[in-house]
Amino acid sequence: MKISKAEVEHVARLARLKFNEKELAMFTEQLNQILFYMEKLNELNTKNVEPTYHALALNNVFREDEVKSSLSTEKVLNNAPQADKDMFVVPRVI
Amino acid sequence: MLAEKSISELHNLLKKKEIRPCEIVEDIFKRIEQVENKVKAYITLTHELALKQAEEAEKKILSGEITILTGIPLAIKDNICTVGIKTTCASKILADFIPPYDATVIKWLKEAGAIIIGKTNMDEFAMGSSTENSAMHLTYNPWDLERVPGGSSGGSAAAVAADECIGALGSDTGGSIRQPASFCGVVGLKPTYGLVSRFGLVAFASSLDQIGPLAKNVTDAAILLSIIAGHDEYDSTSAPIEKKDYTKDIKKEIKGFRLGVIKEAMEVGGLDTSVKEVFEKSIKVLSELGTEIKEVSLPHLEYAVAVYYIIAPAEASSNLARYDGVKYGFREKSAKNLFEMYCETRAQGFGAEVKRRIMLGTYALSAGYYEAYYKKASQVRTLIKKDFEKAFEKCDFLLMPVAPTPAFKIGEKINDPLQMYLSDIFTIPINLAGLAAISVPAGFSNEGLPIGLQIIGPHFSENRLLQTAYQFEKAISLKRKPPL
Repeated sequence: MKISKAEVEHVARLARLKFNEKELAMFTEQLNQILFYMEKLNELNTKNVEPTYHALALNNVFREDEVKSSLSTEKVLNNAPQADKDMFVVPRVI
Repeated sequence: MLAEKSISELHNLLKKKEIRPCEIVEDIFKRIEQVENKVKAYITLTHELALKQAEEAEKKILSGEITILTGIPLAIKDNICTVGIKTTCASKILADFIPPYDATVIKWLKEAGAIIIGKTNMDEFAMGSSTENSAMHLTYNPWDLERVPGGSSGGSAAAVAADECIGALGSDTGGSIRQPASFCGVVGLKPTYGLVSRFGLVAFASSLDQIGPLAKNVTDAAILLSIIAGHDEYDSTSAPIEKKDYTKDIKKEIKGFRLGVIKEAMEVGGLDTSVKEVFEKSIKVLSELGTEIKEVSLPHLEYAVAVYYIIAPAEASSNLARYDGVKYGFREKSAKNLFEMYCETRAQGFGAEVKRRIMLGTYALSAGYYEAYYKKASQVRTLIKKDFEKAFEKCDFLLMPVAPTPAFKIGEKINDPLQMYLSDIFTIPINLAGLAAISVPAGFSNEGLPIGLQIIGPHFSENRLLQTAYQFEKAISLKRKPPL
């Protein structure tokens, strides 16, 4: 096994997901199957190969720091599940 | 029927004032009324808004300001933000999301006078190859209603094929424009990474995502590209390339073009005989146009699926962290504290495939596994990129099938994620290397299902890529329409 049920639960916690027993069993089985397939990459020696994180070379994009118009607070808060004045409201943190 | 016509045909009629934009819109909605209950390509239809836009377009035409897209009704994949129109990503978590702004491509389409007909169905967050992962409903292939339209831009491809729009936009992260285009018998172009702004495209895998057109023919795809391509200061990965007319050189001959047939593509397991036959015939047609056909090798092709299904989920796990029930979208209200609210919201808001990819990506990036998975995959990505660079030293363009099979049956692969992933083998490598590629209808299987040819070009080769595709389309001259 590449990944145990306990590890799947741990990863789910990291990803802020939650599974019931049935889902946990299904995801454990499927993730194992997929990760086993990924083993294929170990056939290749990549010792001195530079990783590619972007398909095309990217350069930092700089611009003048000018104030421009942006979305209004009201418009942004329109999609919020819960808002008060100009703030997002969330359940208790502590 | 106006709905059947292409952009350039309608443009000529509009220019001569033989038809009015509202007539096209009404004809499209008549067609939608006839077939949409069978195809189910759309998540949202915007009939009233479309008529308003048609009025605007008519004013422009009457004042002599007509451009090539003025008055042309288009469908938009539901992961591209449209101000005031729900943009759901076919996900429960964004089911009620109304963007406060337009994506850059939408802004430019509107400025050109195009009309938006509606938002099309897709795999949730563009994760899938069949549109079966939509949280809204299935979409059915217009050529055979028991089959999938492909994915993830399945709704856009089906809408174009069924004449429920004149053209459409999709997005392609691992084949999501080209594969449904092949399955539905339409043209689908994935532009070079950075050619089209991603501002306002809901992010899935940011180093791979690219918006592109789905169209009834190559000329229409070139017309749409001419409007949506070009530098945008709102997307830092947008290439500094000026806008240009991609139809200008399309009719030029392709004599002497060097076309490379990728040797390993024919050795891929599960390759359907009809796909092979159509591919071989396509090569013959291209060679008769005076091109030089060569055999080239992509030695690392067989690793592309493994690389992609580490990198794309890794990027997705990070991009989708924003769906936390705070700023927009669904929130599970019963949770007692913040942490529980996050978990409950995401557990209920995301579908199985999205969760699977978030899990894969989170695992691949987590402490202790980062080197073995994400870094390793990124190194093999370099090898795949180099394979292409080497192939393009000898060739102008490369040829591969789009998918190993024609459209498969609904339900056939949905319970076996790995089998579904493996069907992306021919489209994935292009995204990993950031190349341009197009799917052009090339023939039919014995059962009458469309099969596309994939033509692949180097970075920013769209001009000549479209030229090659146009000449191929003209030579192969397919006339069949879906039996709807």
